[in-house]
Amino acid sequence: MGHNYLPKAEGLYDPRFEKDACGVGFVANIKGVKSHEIIQKGIELLINLEHRGAVGAEKNSGDGAGILVQMPDKFFRKIAMLQNINLPSFGNYAVGVVFIPRDPEGGLECQTIVENCILELGLDFLGWRKVPTDNSSLGDSVKSTEPHIYHIFVAKPNHIIDSDAFERKLYVARKYIQTEVTSSDIKSNEYFYIPSLSYKTILYKGQLITAQLPLFFADLNDKDFESAIALVHSRFSTNTFPSWPLAQPFRYLAHNGEINTLRGNINWMRARQSLIESNLFSQDDLDKIYPYLINEKTGSDSSILDNVVELLTLAGRTLPHVMTMMIPEAWEKDKQNNKEIRDFYEYHATLMEPWDGPASLAFTDGKFVGATLDRNGLRPSRYILTKDDILVMASEQGAIYFPPEDVLLKGRLQPGKMFLVNLDEGRIVPDIEIKTMLAKGHPYGEWLDELKISLDNLPLNNQVKQPNHKTILRRQKCYGYTIEDLKTIIAPMAKDGYEAIGSMGNDATLPVLSNKAVNLFNYFHQLFAQVTNPPIDPIREESVMSLVSFIGQQGNLFEQNKKTKKFIELPQPILTNENLEKLRGINESNFKAITIDLLFDVKTIGSMEQRLVAVRNAALTAVQNGFQVIILSTRGVDKKHAAIPSLLAISAVHHHLVEHGMRTNCGIVIECGDAREVHHFATLIGYGANAINPYLAFETIEDLRKRTLIDEHLSSENATKNYINAIEKGLLKIMSKMGISTIQSYTGAQIFEAVGLSDEVVAKYFKGTASRLSGIGINEIEAEVLICHEVAFSEDNVESTDLSVGGLYSYRQRGEKHQYTPENIFLLQQSARTNDYEVFKQYSKTLDYQADNLLNLRGLLDFKKQAPISIDEVESVEEIRKRFATGAMSYGSISLEAHQTMAIAMNAIGAKSNTGEGGEDPLRFKPFANGDNANSSIKQVASGRFGVTMNYLVNAKEIQIKMAQGAKPGEGGQLPGDKVDDIIGKTRYSTPGVGLISPPPHHDIYSIEDLKQLIHDLKNANKEARISVKLVSEVGVGTIAAGVAKAHSDVILISGYDGGTGASPQTSIKHTGLPWELGLAEAHQTLVKNGLRSRIVLQTDGQLKTGRDIVIATLLGAEEWGVATSALIVEGCIMMRKCHLNTCPVGIATQDPELRAKYKGKPEHIINYITFLAMEIRELMAELGFRTINEMVGRVDKLEARKNITHPKAKHLKLERLLHGVHIRSTDSNYCSSSQEHGIENAMDNQLIEMAKESILNGTKTYNDIIITNVNRTLGTLLSSEVTRKYGENGLPNNTIHFKMKGSAGQSFGAFLTSGITFEVEGEVNDYVGKGLCGGRIIVYPSKNSSFEPKNNVIIGNVAFYGATSGEAYIYGLAGERFAVRNSGANIVTETLGDHGCEYMTGGNVVVLGEIGKNFAAGMSGGIAYIYDVNNNQSLKINSAMVYLESINSESENTKLKTMIENHFEFTSSKTAKTILENWETAKTQFIKVIPKEYKKVLQKNEQKCAQANIKVQG
Amino acid sequence: MGKVTGFKEYKREDFGYQRVGERITHFKEFTIAMPKDDVEKQAARCMECGVPFCHSSYGCPLANIIPQFNDLIYTDKWESAFRNLMSTNNFPEFTGRVCPAICETACVLGINDEPVAIKNIEYAIIEKAYEKGWMKTLSKEKQTGKKVAIIGSGPAGLAAADQLNKAGHEITVYEKEKRIGGLLRYGIPNFKLDKKDVVQRRIDIMIEEGINFIPEVNVGVDISINELDKEFDAIIVCIGAGKPRDLPIINRDAKGIHFAMDFLAQNNSILECEIFNEQEKISAKGKKVLVIGGGDTGSDCVGTSIRQGAKSVMQIELLSKPPLSRTEEMPWPKFPRIFKLSTSQSEGCDLEFDVLSKSFIKNETGHLIGVNCVKIKWDGQNFKEIDGSEFVIEADLVLLAMGFVGPSQDCVIENFNLKIDQRTNIEAINYKTSVPKIFSCGDSRRGQSLIVWAIFEGRECAVVVDEFLMNKKSMLNRSNKSLYEL
Repeated sequence: MGHNYLPKAEGLYDPRFEKDACGVGFVANIKGVKSHEIIQKGIELLINLEHRGAVGAEKNSGDGAGILVQMPDKFFRKIAMLQNINLPSFGNYAVGVVFIPRDPEGGLECQTIVENCILELGLDFLGWRKVPTDNSSLGDSVKSTEPHIYHIFVAKPNHIIDSDAFERKLYVARKYIQTEVTSSDIKSNEYFYIPSLSYKTILYKGQLITAQLPLFFADLNDKDFESAIALVHSRFSTNTFPSWPLAQPFRYLAHNGEINTLRGNINWMRARQSLIESNLFSQDDLDKIYPYLINEKTGSDSSILDNVVELLTLAGRTLPHVMTMMIPEAWEKDKQNNKEIRDFYEYHATLMEPWDGPASLAFTDGKFVGATLDRNGLRPSRYILTKDDILVMASEQGAIYFPPEDVLLKGRLQPGKMFLVNLDEGRIVPDIEIKTMLAKGHPYGEWLDELKISLDNLPLNNQVKQPNHKTILRRQKCYGYTIEDLKTIIAPMAKDGYEAIGSMGNDATLPVLSNKAVNLFNYFHQLFAQVTNPPIDPIREESVMSLVSFIGQQGNLFEQNKKTKKFIELPQPILTNENLEKLRGINESNFKAITIDLLFDVKTIGSMEQRLVAVRNAALTAVQNGFQVIILSTRGVDKKHAAIPSLLAISAVHHHLVEHGMRTNCGIVIECGDAREVHHFATLIGYGANAINPYLAFETIEDLRKRTLIDEHLSSENATKNYINAIEKGLLKIMSKMGISTIQSYTGAQIFEAVGLSDEVVAKYFKGTASRLSGIGINEIEAEVLICHEVAFSEDNVESTDLSVGGLYSYRQRGEKHQYTPENIFLLQQSARTNDYEVFKQYSKTLDYQADNLLNLRGLLDFKKQAPISIDEVESVEEIRKRFATGAMSYGSISLEAHQTMAIAMNAIGAKSNTGEGGEDPLRFKPFANGDNANSSIKQVASGRFGVTMNYLVNAKEIQIKMAQGAKPGEGGQLPGDKVDDIIGKTRYSTPGVGLISPPPHHDIYSIEDLKQLIHDLKNANKEARISVKLVSEVGVGTIAAGVAKAHSDVILISGYDGGTGASPQTSIKHTGLPWELGLAEAHQTLVKNGLRSRIVLQTDGQLKTGRDIVIATLLGAEEWGVATSALIVEGCIMMRKCHLNTCPVGIATQDPELRAKYKGKPEHIINYITFLAMEIRELMAELGFRTINEMVGRVDKLEARKNITHPKAKHLKLERLLHGVHIRSTDSNYCSSSQEHGIENAMDNQLIEMAKESILNGTKTYNDIIITNVNRTLGTLLSSEVTRKYGENGLPNNTIHFKMKGSAGQSFGAFLTSGITFEVEGEVNDYVGKGLCGGRIIVYPSKNSSFEPKNNVIIGNVAFYGATSGEAYIYGLAGERFAVRNSGANIVTETLGDHGCEYMTGGNVVVLGEIGKNFAAGMSGGIAYIYDVNNNQSLKINSAMVYLESINSESENTKLKTMIENHFEFTSSKTAKTILENWETAKTQFIKVIPKEYKKVLQKNEQKCAQANIKVQG
Repeated sequence: MGKVTGFKEYKREDFGYQRVGERITHFKEFTIAMPKDDVEKQAARCMECGVPFCHSSYGCPLANIIPQFNDLIYTDKWESAFRNLMSTNNFPEFTGRVCPAICETACVLGINDEPVAIKNIEYAIIEKAYEKGWMKTLSKEKQTGKKVAIIGSGPAGLAAADQLNKAGHEITVYEKEKRIGGLLRYGIPNFKLDKKDVVQRRIDIMIEEGINFIPEVNVGVDISINELDKEFDAIIVCIGAGKPRDLPIINRDAKGIHFAMDFLAQNNSILECEIFNEQEKISAKGKKVLVIGGGDTGSDCVGTSIRQGAKSVMQIELLSKPPLSRTEEMPWPKFPRIFKLSTSQSEGCDLEFDVLSKSFIKNETGHLIGVNCVKIKWDGQNFKEIDGSEFVIEADLVLLAMGFVGPSQDCVIENFNLKIDQRTNIEAINYKTSVPKIFSCGDSRRGQSLIVWAIFEGRECAVVVDEFLMNKKSMLNRSNKSLYEL
């Protein structure tokens, strides 16, 4: 058993998926001078980070807070004396913090174990101290789980030679004690926990709100309690369950972020056990450590990370060394690092995979204190150093106030970089020095040269297997290849090097409901990042991605020495036949490969599993016998032999080797016939494959080529290369969806959820995979293999000369089942057009009665009908209709006609339509002359922020933050230039003809606390609108929903994975995310469990089609519902699935005027449809005995699993978890019955509005001086919204309202600042300044009193001016990462900026007077950037994939640039600007003009047009 | 898919016809096929729909994979298109000529444009296959030793025979007439489906493939049930629905009143050099012909009469004239009852709707001279005669083409002791009749229908028979089920 601080899994809730994110920081005296002041400052810092934490269902219950400090020796000497304990000198005693269960008997027993274990390990036990605590400020739920907190005093015995050895022994003791207590049957032992036991540091933490920490622990207020370091953490957890041990910091670090690859990392840690030896730990010690090393089943990712950091540090590496190897920077493609450093990283890469995911880590071992940022740098970390040696590092600036004149330096942590203070040396050690020092530690380069084998240099000892065209069709059939596989999947990959694009949603049935044999791969659904961590853009931010992996034995993780075994480095994991043979024929001493076939006898049922077990054992034996490469092969399939599915084989072998601690001794390669699409390769790698040889896919390509089904001019070699390329891109995309950058950490990370595999199969062969409905067993999997085998090899099969039709991507007879069929599409359209309810009933019958035709999970459910009531008693159709929304479909993806029809219809019945992410023409905000109201009630805010202006926001009834889209969660989007016509360009605030990119993440949401911030921003922008967060169903979405509820969203939408898209890669549409039934039920269950349900409206969508669908959605927890595909069908869509081609023949998903003219939909049709749904809902409500929808929400007790299911696969499904009812707290309700507290009334903006009253009323000028701090977040937004409500898009004349501010501005300063408002800051600003800027002016310069050089000091945070549409800004100082991302119209001058500047920019001008970071202008398609390149070193940092680098070439441009810089000087007194202006004639030639290629073309075209127009006029 | 914007760029083009004046001088087929390039352009109009309605219960019963073969044609992969087509349709040379092409009426492009010319493409594919020699005798790979008798050689029987033969069974087809093909041979005029060049061409291949055709054997009369039962492991009855609906009004006994099928069959027989004596002969030459019944059979009578040299041809129909285009009652993709002048009608015939035949008029020799008719008015399902609208149509040859009411060969049904259903068709649930090992398919099971449905039935029945014979899952293709089904 493990720790049980979190509740047990219940229903669909599983504590494994709990997430947290946080505020993190430290205060230190860099000279190592201990003082109580540091503690006080640490607490002050913590309290000012409170807004990054969260409170749960009760206001006085926090998620956790803590402080890690150096051992306060002075304090403990005082205490020890009082307790008559004789404390040895510092370094020779340790104080531990112990959480003891409150149960008196259990507590005592635990204490006994503690003492016994310490003694058993030969340490001296000195005594206990009950830590004085005061829980009076704590909430009840927290109190109920509050442990007794004790200190223990332990002394170093003489036989232990030094303090380091003592520390190691303490560590062993802690692990040993925890194991002993946990494995005992002591009552309440789940509450037992040892936060720290060290001679160097001590940890105070608990399930507290930050402000409660000093109240709770009196020790912290003692003047003698001194330290030079105070590392603090404020936690925002998605759950509200008291979990004292999970409060942070941990023993070495505090983590803000998330480890995405955790499952894999845990497995790999377990896998390398056999390779671990240490001089520092005895075998006995290791045996004591192991059971509890990473076995903290309910530990958080951060706690497990801490465990490993601790282990590796104690095993002999320095803390900076450990951090560098676990969270390496993006070294693979970084040409700026020298070779030594790259060698260092490469060497460590062969030892250990990165712990991948967004991470800002603050760490200390009492001697070093520092922080590091992961390679993507997605978490902010800023620092400030004062003249009296006080260093403050935190997630945001300004959390502790220092007079500007005392500040020596302000900086920020950069992606992949480390910030380190050596207290012994009393200085900050620069990143390059740390890395260089580490790199020089050993001759890593020499070691690598000697041991690394490159595949290219390997001799080819074997003959390469040649394609066999005669048998290709037969073998394709054998693996269930379909015509679609060839045409839709493989051919485009081989031809173009990309996966093909598709459109609309996935309405095909789940594999477990399919009547056919389905590939095992397809039972696995890809998971993706949403909210708690961001996905990555693998194309535009390619610099951080890597597909490099290693085959061969990993070394001993504990030792830093030359490895003895050779290894192979693979640039990417797909092997050609030739490379595979090279590998197979490898014949180095100490490096051998073995091939194990996966064939089994088709005649004997059950022989597949027998063979699988034999394969596992054979692999283990081979590894034990010293083979480093295990090749699992499906070659040799014939009439008598079929092959085990490659995925099953790989996972089974991988897990078997992990369990035996042998996995890191070898590489596993799969030579398989079944893998062909990107998803297949991702699953194989995700379950442990190091390399894959898809020989049949290669043969298929060659065959297609020969049959001229792919471009005949394409050479065989290039076709294969393209195909591999497409896989590479696809893999990067799949990894990046989850926010993972390196394939090494993706390998074995199992980031999938299985739907329809039995618990037994998962436990045996896919251990640790989320799977919630159980399903088919190994025999059914075998049966599926055998059916394909029979089709391929049966002598009876004399007529099928071709592969099966497939029908997965398009509807086909004989193909896969789809929910939408020609029959019901017709019936639906006919019913809505003729307003015929009878026809509608025929339609719904085709979907609702699924006796022999299972289509979806809800088809497996039945109503428990009892106590029906008269339909007259049921809530009216009119009321029910108001709960509908149409899905988010942008104007751009669909035509104006289709978009407006939906809005008009929904407005007419009080329901809601959704703008989608493309903005909306302001002309629609007011009703048309004929009374039609085409203003979409729901305004979406997506990652591209297209058209998101204040005017857009104030005209919303609901603002929806799109975190993910069902069809392609975790991915961005792209609207090609030819689709951006004049009107679309206008509504998106972009240039017609220029393509637009939506990034995968919202660049202002990298974590839950960021989302909380955006929700707050939007609520400020429109306090009357509901704020909604759109999530997509996947395992763990419940805990995310709980977090979103705590982040004060008013509505949560859970979308099914089957929702539509205008364009998306085919395999994304199919394989990512899960059905809404699972996500919705999980969200509802988790919200109820957390007592948060009553605060929030739960909405669901995703292929909702009939009244029954909606009633089931309601019973599972949704009180509102969205329809999208069905609404389109009612408008005339016939599911062409050609939306991405602009050729929609019914004028819906097209901008082609000729085709738009064919549009026939009418608002009445949609009204009819929604009315029919409401009628059907009412009928069912009457049958079920519900009078109102609210009564019905979450009543799963009215549902049961359908009985007598005979479907050979579906009959194995178990639906209990889906239908689990969670107990509702008395303070909560099953549906939304209260509202969120947004705290708008406390905003400083209320004062600003008061001050600017006259300006708003009649346009007179306002000027005021004010003082601000970092807790004043989202400043100016409420004010802007007031201005916009009155003056609309145009706002007020420039500078009408001018606020001059002093201090540190909080996050989202000047968000959506509107025309007429000027914000001038003397001081500094945090993240997201000028987000969505629309017309306002922002000026930031350092305090006039500060003595530092402004251009070298950080003045604004990350992601400034994200999605700005107009306005101007002048920044005198350093800006952070991702400056002006998706700027579409603002003109900004800044001194320097961080990595990824001007990413995805589409308009406006950015002038940089100093250095730019890496990857500047990635994905930039419009606007112009001017970079002052006085040192001629900037151009290499520009990502020139989409831009030209030019110089200023016209007088008008010269004037524009000069004016901007003059303004900058005028507003900020920038010295840089002054110098440039003084030497303008030289300076202007030193600017690099960055202009997007496409944009330039359009500008030129426009110029020509103008010129022609002029000629005409003149003529 | 073929050409993404093909449907916008190209207009629908159909096959041409010989001029009327030319084509009525002979009984040969008169369509003029398109050049290859033009066919490819027509195929480019296919949008390869995400939900292809052509390939649904509104469209082709055989579930021909229309989007796919269109794409193959557009990309000039004719042989692949041919293989694709043959995997679902045994006889594209028949359907490509005489199918009313419900696939086209269901075509998505037909919502607001002219549908894709699917039928012509099908025709082009199969004719190309014959021309190129792709369509050839396939050697039989396996022999199960099971013997199947098929009674009736119409499209259902032929399809079942072809399928079961592929599955390795030994097939014997009995046909009561002189030549093989049933309705294909006798019912459809030669100018629509050539008997020697098209029907026999295919029968010859089937013979070469080992199917044993025995014509001129009337099962139940010439050969006893017992004999069949002894010799065969399974028997399929597919004897068509040839019993014509009669018009039992006054003077029905007048000379010169014939069932359409008798007239058409005889004409086809004559073309295949069979000789009839004058008494037997039904000739329209020099006659005033009245065709009663406005359907396809009626049209065939019109075309045949014209070619035989009728003095005049008139065709009357009880129902109202259908609208010229879809109405709200006939929304896409349903098969619309719209008025379209058939090729035969356009060769010169008077056509009148809402006409009820009241009585025949005969002269003193008992020969027909005319028909008393009256105009009617429809009101929903019912009609009323319009007072004072009575009129006489002069006619000395009346051809009754008013549909069919079930199998005509009662001898088979009686002999086999088969149960019949309410519509007097053979009752065969899932193609199994009430008698063990006897199966039925085609019109004799489902009632009068289209050739494409007969082929469908033959194929589906073959699967059932194959599974019955082998007692395991059949590997023959089906319309709606994949081989990969569990």
